[in-house]
Amino acid sequence: MWYHKPVINEELLQSLPNLKIVASSGVGIDHLDLNLLSSYGVKLSNTPFIVSTDTADMGMALMLASARRLVEGYQMAVSPDTEYFPADWLGDELSGATLGIVGMGTIGYKVAKRAKAFEMKILYYNRNQRNKEEESAVGAVYCKKIDDLLQQSDFVLLSVNLTPQTHKLIGKRELELMKPTATLINISRGLVVDQDALVEALQNNVIKAAALDVTYPEPLPRDHPLLKMKNVIITPHIGSATKKTRRLMMENMIESIQVGLTGLPIPNEVL
Amino acid sequence: VSKKVQAIYLWWHKPVIDQELLQSLPNLKVIANSGVGMDHLDLKLVHSFGVKMANAPRAVSSSTADTGMALLLASARRLVEGYRIAISSGMEYCEADFLGVEVTGATLGIIGMGRIGYKIALRAKAFEMNILYHNRTRRKEQEEQAVGATYCEKVDSLLQEADFVMVVVSLTPQTHKLIGKREMELMKPTATLINISRGAVIDQEALVTALQTGVIRAAALDVTYPEPLPRDHALLKLKNVIITPHLGIKTHKATCMITEEAVENILAALNGLPIPSEVLPS
Repeated sequence: MWYHKPVINEELLQSLPNLKIVASSGVGIDHLDLNLLSSYGVKLSNTPFIVSTDTADMGMALMLASARRLVEGYQMAVSPDTEYFPADWLGDELSGATLGIVGMGTIGYKVAKRAKAFEMKILYYNRNQRNKEEESAVGAVYCKKIDDLLQQSDFVLLSVNLTPQTHKLIGKRELELMKPTATLINISRGLVVDQDALVEALQNNVIKAAALDVTYPEPLPRDHPLLKMKNVIITPHIGSATKKTRRLMMENMIESIQVGLTGLPIPNEVL
Repeated sequence: VSKKVQAIYLWWHKPVIDQELLQSLPNLKVIANSGVGMDHLDLKLVHSFGVKMANAPRAVSSSTADTGMALLLASARRLVEGYRIAISSGMEYCEADFLGVEVTGATLGIIGMGRIGYKIALRAKAFEMNILYHNRTRRKEQEEQAVGATYCEKVDSLLQEADFVMVVVSLTPQTHKLIGKREMELMKPTATLINISRGAVIDQEALVTALQTGVIRAAALDVTYPEPLPRDHALLKLKNVIITPHLGIKTHKATCMITEEAVENILAALNGLPIPSEVLPS
């Protein structure tokens, strides 16, 4: 299964009586009905850890591009109307700024490691607190309440998986808790953010900017307000889009399928 | 008025410091530059008038290093191209075959390991990059170990092994066109060239050819010669080039710090004290 296709529904499962395994690309499984698959006796696998470093790198790429206004800058540099570069055209510094990581799993932790090297202060919010060694290795401070993280962060990065609990985790209330100078970065799933609330927040300067590798839907309708905002960077869900990682993903999926067909325990099985 | 001027704070190369100006300001004691690059100044000329010069090296390092990393990541992951696809009014949207190259675990070659180059190494290390560097002088062993950097006495071996080549030198007669046809041909065809020093360090025409013929994969340039480029320049049209308008130190924080550093230098000069960041003609 690649990028959510084909759609796995009752009809499809009924038409494939000998289906033994669905191997899904990437780590997210929010597009699949686990109970439905299980009821047909079909096994499921994903590719959890391979995507982590590329996705963390993408999070950093988006944070830097947004803070330094890279896309706007590029447009100025190549625009036929540009005569000179204005001296008072400024962006924001990462060093000394506070990064709040919402979801400190494998990907979130890798973001923390990278951000530390940029001399950033790191806060995090997670279902469970990480142990002391892990925290001090990246200088991350745990926030029991997401509110504390939102109020103190200059950059808020979302790296949770999409579940019923994280659906619209960031809504009007959360956006209003953020600093008006803050930037929201989303590398998880579009549905973790209340998109309409985000549009409003950006239009009314409730927050400063957003950088999104994921939206809902993907792609957005061509007339969507997010596509036109100067303070928004959107990328087409390329979090894990590198040659090396895609090859590894394929290899993993094939392995899962081959093993799955023999009836042996499946690597990366999702239960 | 011109008799009263004792100090000049030079912001983005203005005013132009030439013989005429220096002659008209008899009481000028110091010129403080915003930023670290001094290639736009005739150091010998200024010195001959007994005027001291200073730059602002400390204030620029983090923000310039960040710019280098921002360009490296944006180029590797094709961020600008991706953005254009994401917002385009057409539906030429095919996620599945839009691929970039990996940053984590790749080899970064840093040409010029001064303050800024070293900060880049610190950042790249967090991305588990393999770091090579070439510099006029070798760094101390502890400094090398702290970032896991390997010294390349000859720039050739750096060019041959690096996936990303980051140029972080100051512009001098020796570094003018440091990266030309020969150097680019030594690079891997899958490699990316990133320039955050000065446009004139790279042979721009050779770069255009190299990019057009696949000699290297891509380039990301915060600096060009001139700035801005003429609007019909080939570099502006190439898909595998990201150009940014000399963002290096353009952050609120850095410009504040640069001004503070300049004021410190000016006050020291006017009080006859040693200047913290004095620049002497070599």
